[in-house]
Amino acid sequence: MSAPNPAAAVPAAVPAEPATMPGHRVTLGVDRPMRLDSGAELGPFEVAYQTYGALNADRSNAVLICHALTGDHYVLDQHPVTGKPGWWEMLVGPGKPVDTDRYFVICSNVIGGCMGSTGPKETDPATGKPYGLGFPVITIGDMVRAQKLLVEHLGIDQLFCVIGGSMGGMQVLQWAVAYPESVFAAVPIATAARHSAQNIAFHEVGRQAIMADPDWAGGNYLLEGTRPHRGLAVARMAAHITYLSEPALHRKFGRNLQNRQTVTYGFDADFQVESYLRHQGITFVERFDANSYLYITRAMDYFDLAADYGGGTLSNAFRRDGKGTPVRFCLASFSSDWLFPTSESRAIVHALNAVAANVSFVEIRTDKGHDSFLLDEPEFHQVIRGFLDGCAEHRGLTRPSRP
Amino acid sequence: MSPLDDKQAAAHTASGNGIRSDLKLIAEMVEPGSRVLDVGCGDGALLAFLSRRKGVDGRGIELSMDGVHQCVAQGLSVIQGDAETDLKDYPPGAFDYVILSQTLQAMREPRTVLETMTRIGRRAIVSVPNFGYWRIRVQLLLTGRMPVTEKLGYQWWETPNIHFCTIKDLVVLAEEMGIRIERCMIVNGAGRVTGHAHSGLANLLGEQGVFLLRRD
Repeated sequence: MSAPNPAAAVPAAVPAEPATMPGHRVTLGVDRPMRLDSGAELGPFEVAYQTYGALNADRSNAVLICHALTGDHYVLDQHPVTGKPGWWEMLVGPGKPVDTDRYFVICSNVIGGCMGSTGPKETDPATGKPYGLGFPVITIGDMVRAQKLLVEHLGIDQLFCVIGGSMGGMQVLQWAVAYPESVFAAVPIATAARHSAQNIAFHEVGRQAIMADPDWAGGNYLLEGTRPHRGLAVARMAAHITYLSEPALHRKFGRNLQNRQTVTYGFDADFQVESYLRHQGITFVERFDANSYLYITRAMDYFDLAADYGGGTLSNAFRRDGKGTPVRFCLASFSSDWLFPTSESRAIVHALNAVAANVSFVEIRTDKGHDSFLLDEPEFHQVIRGFLDGCAEHRGLTRPSRP
Repeated sequence: MSPLDDKQAAAHTASGNGIRSDLKLIAEMVEPGSRVLDVGCGDGALLAFLSRRKGVDGRGIELSMDGVHQCVAQGLSVIQGDAETDLKDYPPGAFDYVILSQTLQAMREPRTVLETMTRIGRRAIVSVPNFGYWRIRVQLLLTGRMPVTEKLGYQWWETPNIHFCTIKDLVVLAEEMGIRIERCMIVNGAGRVTGHAHSGLANLLGEQGVFLLRRD
């Protein structure tokens, strides 16, 4: 559908204006605003998205990819702000496990985000100013509700598959529970059915770092002409540690010093790992909005499928008309992921077993931590390919002939 | 692979249909189009065979990650898990058949596993190596050492099999538990099906037994 547009890939110190970004953008909630979990109403609102591959005649080959906390809809094409390759290039593309020769891939920027979908940095039509903290608090359910409207807008009744890791995995679970008839297969990766106390704690550290930055200006930095770069960078540094594992950090950096022979007895970045984290923080603020970070981390914190749909029991969330969910599941976790450990995935598997659902589950052995779902993990990719192939067979999706 | 890994599996020669002879016997007991859970499904050979040849809706549970990877990568619905901890979540009667092939003797609590299997499945299919097989009896009698046979190719200190039983033992346990043996196949050393579970000859001549079980 859409080709990458290198001309638009201008690196910028601040997020580029959505109008200049490649991809599609649609206005939703025009006739009727979307009711949010908080009770507030949002609409009309914008959703930015990308598509790859082609929708087949009976509209049965659509795969929705859900991005993680700081991800966006540039799954395959060059990122318009950073100029880096798409974040899931390894898994998605022609001949890849999520084969764009075979499937019609959709990925949208979540609402509350800062890459073109309506979020706190966009203009509130009611005031003509950026929403800032006037933006309503959103949930994973709200993000998925907006995606559902987008999918309907594209004329698709049932998605062949919804797939995503981390926060994307939460959205996958939300899709499968809220709209089971609209999902044939679901692939939640490195995720959980609820955000744990430890994870909420880490998010709170990040939010406090942002709000402690004087340049945050009570959330009004866009009007004040400042940016809470330091606070957002610290938030990113703390979060980034949780995405890795101790062995991975050790292998990469150990206690190696950065461009020096001895320690300086000061607070410069003596160690390579410090320098690396500082770099992660600095590059992050170029592409991400601080208020978006507050809203999206909050959405993850509030996520609790068992409480929202199961009366406190997760398996009840997967029940439909007294029977188990019709959705075919494939869960994957990574052995060294301490942010969303295997036990979280296993709890979901047990809940699915309790309703005798169709479920596959694999823990991938790797020492690369939570971020493994974004990395070159051949076993993981093989599992995704096999699961999707199997589902395609059941769904009657024929394999396109390749030249 | 299942807890009884390569060594033991390799000992079961692949049949003409590409699956082990004992798996073929199990497959014969399964009604086409039924819902099947294969416990310790290994690389998924039986599940693949059942879904291809008999159109079953198959699921698997397997301890080893390699086995699970192989299964899921060929499109089978398999979870990584342990029969002794991960079966209890399933609701009663969730499956038409719950299959446990050549693994009961590796369980810490075989009785509990049998109970769970016959609860979550309308029927259970269990295959066990027969420790009462005459070759095993002869080995123990003559050498005074723990028998090592082609199909039980482990020394006593390395074997995953912790609860060996004979065909007769399983028949007695099933009776005690109120589990009916609906069908039984006794396989002798030549791979031929003979005898009847309750006969003493079966216990002597059978190298393995395949049982179709149902809770009364």
